[in-house]
Amino acid sequence: MYSLKRPHLNYKIITEIIEEGSSVLDLGCGDGELLYRLKKQKGISGRGVEIEERMIMECISKGISVFQGNLDEGLKDYGTNSYDYVILNQTLQVTHKPVLVLKEMLRVGRKAIISFPNFGQLKLRFQLLFKGRMPVTKDLPYQWYNTPNIHLCTRKDFLVLCRENNIRIIEEIDIREGYRINSIFANSRSSEVIFILEKYV
Amino acid sequence: MTKEPADTAVKNNIVIPEDYEFAYPPSEMVLESGKKLGPINIRYETYGRLNKDKSNAILIVHAFSGDAHAAGYHSEDDKSPGWWDNMIGPGKAFDTSKYYIICSNVIGGCQGSTGPASINPETGKPYGLSFPVVTISDMVKAQYRLVFEHLRLPFLYAVAGGSMGGMQALEWSVAYPDFVKSALILASTARITAQGIAFDAVGRNAIVSDPRWQNGDYYGKKIPARGLSIARMVGHITYLSDESMGMKFGRRLQTRQKYGYDFTDEFEVESYLHHQGDKFVERFDANSYLYITKAMDYFDLGAKYGSLPQAFSRAKAKYLVVSFSSDWLYPPYQSKEMVFAMIKSGRDVSYIELNSPYGHDSFLLETTRQKKIIKSFLESVNV
Repeated sequence: MYSLKRPHLNYKIITEIIEEGSSVLDLGCGDGELLYRLKKQKGISGRGVEIEERMIMECISKGISVFQGNLDEGLKDYGTNSYDYVILNQTLQVTHKPVLVLKEMLRVGRKAIISFPNFGQLKLRFQLLFKGRMPVTKDLPYQWYNTPNIHLCTRKDFLVLCRENNIRIIEEIDIREGYRINSIFANSRSSEVIFILEKYV
Repeated sequence: MTKEPADTAVKNNIVIPEDYEFAYPPSEMVLESGKKLGPINIRYETYGRLNKDKSNAILIVHAFSGDAHAAGYHSEDDKSPGWWDNMIGPGKAFDTSKYYIICSNVIGGCQGSTGPASINPETGKPYGLSFPVVTISDMVKAQYRLVFEHLRLPFLYAVAGGSMGGMQALEWSVAYPDFVKSALILASTARITAQGIAFDAVGRNAIVSDPRWQNGDYYGKKIPARGLSIARMVGHITYLSDESMGMKFGRRLQTRQKYGYDFTDEFEVESYLHHQGDKFVERFDANSYLYITKAMDYFDLGAKYGSLPQAFSRAKAKYLVVSFSSDWLYPPYQSKEMVFAMIKSGRDVSYIELNSPYGHDSFLLETTRQKKIIKSFLESVNV
C-alpha cells in the first residue's frame, strides 16, 4: 500500500519521536517493519492493522501482533486513550474516510503520528502546469487510473483540516527526497510531511 | 537431505495411542448439566518430546469428526496418516523437533474416549441415550484432567484447534487462564450461528428418523447407517463452498454423458456425497453424532461468562485467530467479532482472514500459508 519508495528515513524519524516503552497502534502497518524496529529499539508494546493478507503474514512472521481490518470501518472496538501513539504512516491518502480515521486515531491514541506525501510540492505542481498531466514521481509512481492514493492533499490542506477539527499540531517534520529539511516554504519544498498531533482539551 | 522413501517414513512414524482413565465413582466428574460421569477414559496420542522444564507442550484439539490420531501412522501397513499429519511433524507447523504435541479424543466421541457407545458400568450395557449430554466445557475439563493430573504438565505452551477444536481452545483459554500461554483458533467461532444449528438439527433428524436408531439402543444390532450417512452428507455440504463444489464437480454426471430421464442418473456431486456418507458410517457412531453436534450448538462463550469481552478478560493467553474467506459455516465476521472482544479486553491477538475457495474445510487444506503463520506465531509466544 505504501506509495513511498524510501521509508527508512521516515522509520528513523518516527522511531526517534516515540518514547521508550510506549504503547503503539500502527494503522496500515504494511509488513510490520516499523513496529518491529520500535519493539527492538524502543521496547514498545504494539500492534498493527493491515488489510493485505501477504503483509499480515509478514507481520506475524516478525512476531508482530496484527489485525486484518479495514481502517474505514473505524476503530470502534478500541478503547478511548488505549494507546500512547496511533500511527498512520503513508496511509491517509488511501483511506476512503480520512477525517473519520483521523478523529478515531485521536480518540484511541493520546497522540497521533501521521505522514503523507505532500501534493503541494513544486515538482508536482510543475508537472501539472507544464505537462498538463497528472503528476507521477518516484514517490508517487502511479497513473491516475491505477493509484491507490484516492485522497491526496497538500501540507496546507492538512493544516486547514486540523484547524477545522480542533486538532493540535505538536510538531511538524518536513522531508524532501529522503532528507529532513527546515520548514521554510515547506508547502512547496517538502515531498513528505510527518505531523505529531493531539486533540485540544 | 534426501527424501526418504514413503515406507521408511511410515516405519519411523508409528504412534501408539494411550489411555487415561479417571473419575471413578464416587468421585465422578460433574458435568455442566449437573449430571455426573465416571469412570471416564481419554484416548490420546503424543508426538515429539517433552523438554526438561515441561514448557513445550501443545495440545491439539480436534474438530467434530476428528480423533486423537492427529499425526503419524498406527502400523506399518496403515494406509493414511493422522488427520493433521501435514501440520504436525518434524519441521512442520507444529514442529515435533521443538514441541511436545498431545492430541486427545473428546468425551462423547466414539474413537476411544468415553461416549454413548461405551459400556455403562452400572448396567454392563452401552450407554446409548443414558449417556449424559456433554458440552464443550466438559470436553475441556476432561482434557484438563489428562494434561494436569496424568501428564503432570505445569502449563500448555499452546492449545490449537480448527472448527469445534477452536471452540475447545477458546474454552481452554478462558476456563484455565493460568494454564494456557497461547491459543490458536482456526475457522471457528465463539458461538455457532442459527444457520449452523439448523444444519446440525437436520443431521440429528436424519439419524433419529432411521427406524434402526431405536432410541439410541442399537448396539450389537443393525446400526442406523442410512440416517447417519444422510447426516454426514448434509454436514459435508456445509464444509464445502459453492465455488469448491463448482470446481470439483460442476454439473457433470457420474456415469452417463446425457440425461437418462430417470432416477438412476447421478450427478458427480451426488455420488461424492454418497461416498462420504458411506465412508463415515464405517467409522462413526450415530449417537456420538447427536451428542457432539449438540455440544457445538450449546457452545456460547459470551453467554457463559457474561459477555465475550468479559470472557476474554479472564484469559491470559496470546491469541491467533484465522478465518477463511469462503467459510460460510463459521464465517469470518464471527471470527472478527471474537477478535474485537479480545482487543476490548486487552488481549494480545493476531487475526488474519485467508483468502481460500474451499469453504470451512479450508483449515485442513490450506497448509502452506497456515504453516508459515502458525510457525512464526508459536515462535513469538513467551512462557
